[in-house]
Amino acid sequence: MAEFSLPKNSKITGKSREHKAAADAARVKKFKVYRYDPDTGENPRYDKFEIDLDQCGPMVLDALIKMKSEQDPSLTFRRSCREGICGSCAMNIDGRNGLACTTAIEDIKGEVRITPLPHMDVIKDLVPDFTHFYAQYSSIKPWLQTVTPAPSGKERLQSPEDRAKLDGLYECILCACCSTSCPSYWWNSDKFLGPAILLQAYRWLADSRDEMTGERLDELEDPFRLYRCHTIMNCANVCPKGLNPAKAIAEVKKLELERTL
Amino acid sequence: MASKPYARPLSPHLGIWRWGPHMLVSILHRATGVANSVGLGLLVWWLAAIAGGEDSYATFVDVFTVSGGGLNVIGYVVGIGLTLTVFQHMASGVRHLVLDIGAGYELRKGKMTAMATMVFSPLATIAFWAWLLVGKH
Repeated sequence: MAEFSLPKNSKITGKSREHKAAADAARVKKFKVYRYDPDTGENPRYDKFEIDLDQCGPMVLDALIKMKSEQDPSLTFRRSCREGICGSCAMNIDGRNGLACTTAIEDIKGEVRITPLPHMDVIKDLVPDFTHFYAQYSSIKPWLQTVTPAPSGKERLQSPEDRAKLDGLYECILCACCSTSCPSYWWNSDKFLGPAILLQAYRWLADSRDEMTGERLDELEDPFRLYRCHTIMNCANVCPKGLNPAKAIAEVKKLELERTL
Repeated sequence: MASKPYARPLSPHLGIWRWGPHMLVSILHRATGVANSVGLGLLVWWLAAIAGGEDSYATFVDVFTVSGGGLNVIGYVVGIGLTLTVFQHMASGVRHLVLDIGAGYELRKGKMTAMATMVFSPLATIAFWAWLLVGKH
């Protein structure tokens, strides 16, 4: 049964700390950032940061880096490429999942609330534990599986039309914005694979070179693994790469149905 | 070193999420489905009351009507409420049917069809009750 409220140790009841902007700052933006310190084990809290936008880059990640380097060095978050290709800085910004590096500060009205990806175990501050997510990814065997021997001295060829079927799938960066936006995944992440992993599953089902389509469909044919998708469509609405996991899941369901006909 | 690691907290989810029409229509589909199931119970009670004879049917009628024959407050709330939930569930059910054939997943379409179900159900409810209360006479 779904647990709609946060467990006792997860309620955001800790005492907030405030970091003011310089007194002469002209364009001040307020941020409210989720903090959890595993060394004290105290309940999570929201810290308030004021950022002078005239002294800050345009993206939410710029603001986080500024907070860490100038206001509180203990602020912890993942980031790497700062251009929307690594997926490290996925978090919840103003109630929506997205990448901090591609979300503009000026697109958010009022105070900017930043929390970790929803319904995940928090390691520290904005860093959630991805162990289960990666285990689910590995469970779908995300690589080319074949039984026929490879053509000698050549790659396995694919027509441009067949290659085009992977567009809208191969771009996924596994940032988990979609999976952690999905209420079905919130309540059933132990058994439901979630939008990101199912989009990846379809990426291999749709690949003309893969020869394990039947086995892959067998693995997914399960009341929870696949069919917990109720087309809520939060996944497609938050994907920072503009992909549509809900549509990919619908295609998997169609493949499951087609082979019974 | 800490002697024993603390249990990791769960990050906030429902409490911080910003809703959209696509999410609202999804939970409405479930909620109206539950309401319709309760309504089905009332329908069974109505049939059982008829089968039980004149006295039991009178008891049923008495719960939902005033002595003059019109509906009382419970009658209106249950009647209009169930009409609304049936229309909403039907409209979002049709939307699910379309989604199940793999169509309507574009963000704009998904939002528009979600809004359409929520515009349709109150309008259909008003039209139905207008016909019931005024139009028939």
